[in-house]
Amino acid sequence: MKRVSIYLMAGKKTPELAAAAVAGGADLLEIGFPFSDPLADGPVIRLAGERALAEGMRTKACLDCLAETRSKVEVPLIPMTYASVLEAYGYERFRDDATAAGATSFIVADLPLEAAPELPRVHLVAPTTPDERIRLAAERTDGWLYLVSLTGTTGARESVSGQLAALVQRARKVTEIPLLAGFGISTPEQAAAAAELAEGIVVGSRAVEVAEVEGPSGLERYVRSLRTAVDDLAASPAG
Amino acid sequence: MTSVETGYFGPYGGRYVPETLVPALDELERGWREIKDDPGFALELEGLQRDYVGRPTPLYRTERLAEGKSVYLKREDLCHTGAHKINNALGQALIARRLGKQRIVAETGAGQHGVAAATVCARFGLDCVVYMGSEDMARQAPNVERMRLLGAEVRPVEFGTRTLKEATSEAIRDWITNVETTHYMIGSCVGPHPYPELVGELQAVIGREAREQILEAEGRLPDAVVACVGGGSNAIGLFAGFVDDADVRLIGVEAAGAASLGTGRAGVLHGARSSLLADEDGQIGDAHSISAGLDYPGVGPEHAFLRDSGRAEYLPATDEEALAAFHLLAEREGIIPALEPAHALARALELDSDLALVGLSGRGDKDLATVLER
Repeated sequence: MKRVSIYLMAGKKTPELAAAAVAGGADLLEIGFPFSDPLADGPVIRLAGERALAEGMRTKACLDCLAETRSKVEVPLIPMTYASVLEAYGYERFRDDATAAGATSFIVADLPLEAAPELPRVHLVAPTTPDERIRLAAERTDGWLYLVSLTGTTGARESVSGQLAALVQRARKVTEIPLLAGFGISTPEQAAAAAELAEGIVVGSRAVEVAEVEGPSGLERYVRSLRTAVDDLAASPAG
Repeated sequence: MTSVETGYFGPYGGRYVPETLVPALDELERGWREIKDDPGFALELEGLQRDYVGRPTPLYRTERLAEGKSVYLKREDLCHTGAHKINNALGQALIARRLGKQRIVAETGAGQHGVAAATVCARFGLDCVVYMGSEDMARQAPNVERMRLLGAEVRPVEFGTRTLKEATSEAIRDWITNVETTHYMIGSCVGPHPYPELVGELQAVIGREAREQILEAEGRLPDAVVACVGGGSNAIGLFAGFVDDADVRLIGVEAAGAASLGTGRAGVLHGARSSLLADEDGQIGDAHSISAGLDYPGVGPEHAFLRDSGRAEYLPATDEEALAAFHLLAEREGIIPALEPAHALARALELDSDLALVGLSGRGDKDLATVLER
């Protein structure tokens, strides 16, 4: 079965939203720990981060949010953040405290795969990443590889990047590990198109937007629409 | 293959960037190493520095500024475009051409680096996009007009602090998106490896010239070398000439409200680990300075290293002290400095040293409106 991963920004409503996303069919949740200067993020997640920081979502509050989310859902939970947050908290301390709060792995958007080996994490590879480096990332990654399906920042796009197919093909040559495609995937059609290539999809900006505007019930409906699109693909003869 | 393990100054520096950029930084580093050892490059750069920029810039002994003391000014304000920023922009344009990149993105605060980038892009026929905080665009309107006149597109950055910090983030996001066709012309010795080293080497011409000139003029080295520090490129370039002379004090002067070295802590911003204005959670704070060029919460990693090692000292100067030095230099020497080096002057004049050399990194035309408002 294809996997659907949903990104949510840490906040007061996150545990409830997480439960709704799982009810809608999410297999995995990424919980954003906001950072003031998120280089990999487009406007939607950047603004969500600004709002989260304004409502006090500092590292300690994010860890509490993670623990509360863990009490509501059983799927893997992955904090996603930036190196400066970990520098301040301490990499090992962060690993221990977040794991105690229910984290199953980590994603750090600006930490190169050579750095901080003490923090097991899901590595990202991009269309610009050479094959040899994809191999290295696959060796070191924690469970699956995050394919950045385009050269760019997070956020919805008109269609799934034409760069994704080539990236999947190159990754397949060097690793058997599951590949989840993210960045620029927001509609059920795009989810299906990306899931046809990879083992699953990651949806961030659009999920954050839906959660903000439509609340838990809207998020559940939205995630279900992605789930259905991805599952229909597996059920169809062409899938 | 990659140099994540190299590219550090002690514990500072490195490459803290989204994966998309890592290969581009490798490519840049390779290109830079090749071009550095290419005699043709050195010849072309020297020729342009002489004929286009106006190097060597004079080392001027002040007459009436400080009684009883010798204070020399390294006159980077006399460079083409009015600041040291052109030294770096010119070198990076040659690198971009070598890498086959036709499009340049840059960030700017006060507009001096933006103007330098727009200038060299006009000279080399490159497309130029400059990101600038909307707050800075209002403060530095003449530089916005200059950039546009030179053919650059100036894109306002309308979020966060609307200053240099956000402009830098947006320039990097543009680079992530257009990395195949675009060179990121960073304006200071900050950012991911190899930028701090590359910018430092391109600015080292300031210190090389200054050392030769002071020996020629005084027959000895200065007691102290003083420069302002925002990101720190003019200081790192000037210090480079004297860092091996253990008896020469190296003094960097930060804006009191943007003292990343004086009051900062270790953190990661814009691709490098350095000393930053960050809170206990690693969130980056706001800087505050009358001088847009110093209004940045980070600093080049080499400065953080020089501070820790004790080789250089870093002192603050307030807005008022900088303004006083600005007026003093104008009235006593007939030189209107930029507000950035006015910070360096303010501290230099108090030093208990007979012979001081101060980096006058830029001229003050851009700051007239700010100064007249006070």
